[in-house]
Amino acid sequence: MPIKASDDPEKARRFREAALPYLNDAYTLARYLLRNAADAEDAVQECYLRAFRHFDGYRGPAMKPWLFAILRNVCRAEYARRATTPVSAIEDVPESAEQAPLWQEAEETPEAQLQHRWDADTIRRLVAALAEPFRETFVLREIQNLSYREIAEVAEVPVGTVMSRLARARAMLRSAWLAEEEQQK
Amino acid sequence: MTCDEADVLLHALMDGELDAGHARDVEDHIAGCPRCAAALRDYREMSKAISEAGMSYTAPAALRQRIEAALPQPRQAPNRRAVLRGFAMGSAVSALAATGLVAIVLRQDDIERIQSEVVSAHLRSLQAGHLTDVISTDQHTVKPWFNGKLDVSPPVIDLTAQGFTLIGGRLDYVDARAIGAVVYRRRQHVINLFVSQTSSTEQRAAKTNTIQGFNIRHWSDRGLNYWAVSDLAKDELAEFSEKFESAMRAPG
Repeated sequence: MPIKASDDPEKARRFREAALPYLNDAYTLARYLLRNAADAEDAVQECYLRAFRHFDGYRGPAMKPWLFAILRNVCRAEYARRATTPVSAIEDVPESAEQAPLWQEAEETPEAQLQHRWDADTIRRLVAALAEPFRETFVLREIQNLSYREIAEVAEVPVGTVMSRLARARAMLRSAWLAEEEQQK
Repeated sequence: MTCDEADVLLHALMDGELDAGHARDVEDHIAGCPRCAAALRDYREMSKAISEAGMSYTAPAALRQRIEAALPQPRQAPNRRAVLRGFAMGSAVSALAATGLVAIVLRQDDIERIQSEVVSAHLRSLQAGHLTDVISTDQHTVKPWFNGKLDVSPPVIDLTAQGFTLIGGRLDYVDARAIGAVVYRRRQHVINLFVSQTSSTEQRAAKTNTIQGFNIRHWSDRGLNYWAVSDLAKDELAEFSEKFESAMRAPG
């Protein structure tokens, strides 16, 4: 839906001031969610246009989580469109996966400890390999610095689910991190 | 507390999301559990490595431009009646007419857009109650007010003796970033001074353009870019910038 020429320029000015400072944050989130630069650009553009249309009704929460919630819906729509390639689809993880024990290998290697600091490219690759929705939760917490409550609002899940997803995401990343160290030896 | 519980709660602990009572429970468990202690240590190490590695992406300039282009544009022609309405409604300060001197950082290719934004900022400042955040005729009050609010300390010079009275300062918003505005007055005309850094130290001679009926005077000096917006005549605006520059060069 195109933006109507009759829209108030004053509204556009307020929207610019409120929303455009988060453009890099939104683009970063889209990059991690979609794992593709061109798709991320399209999603962020669509997000901002939708956000502008709904800006009249905006009363909070904070602008960043509000934008992220819209962006996440845009990204999910993009995944639905890609549904013919289910490998990359964002799907709700089955209950069983959410409730599986978090980190079993650690019990076998209790002394395992991170030795190496990876560069941004390596960490990005490890994060990109995380399954949804763990990647989403992890990025919102570790890269976007959202609180658990804000993450819950963006992802439309209870705070308890945020906590278990984050725990699992970090456990999986730690495992991948250690595996990467093993490979380098 | 069991390890299964700690597995989840130690994340809330490191993220500062636990109340004091639960935090103590988790810490007690960790103190007696090498496995959970090792996990927490690793998670903290990962978190630190991630924040130090710089994991964010920067949105391409073309994306920003596409979004900007899709949004309704600011009024192209200034609505003089709206400006006057602001005066009629406004405080004593907004009853003053309009002059703005603006100094900001910018890239060459953004100059036209910046000039338009500067004029918009100027128009906004004329609305009731928008002109100054700190009101003072004392440069030693206005200058410290900017401390900590900006990445640059705008020069604040009292030009009363030269015919331009300092009346205050304001934070404004140009090119998606906060910039400082120092506000002056000449007769019934208000002057805003916006300041931020430029990456180049090159000196650029002052040049005057006219946009939407306002004059904009722009120059660069000693790491700062300056823009002047005004409804003063060009020669008076030039006089202002010359007085300002010579006061900047004056000792003390």
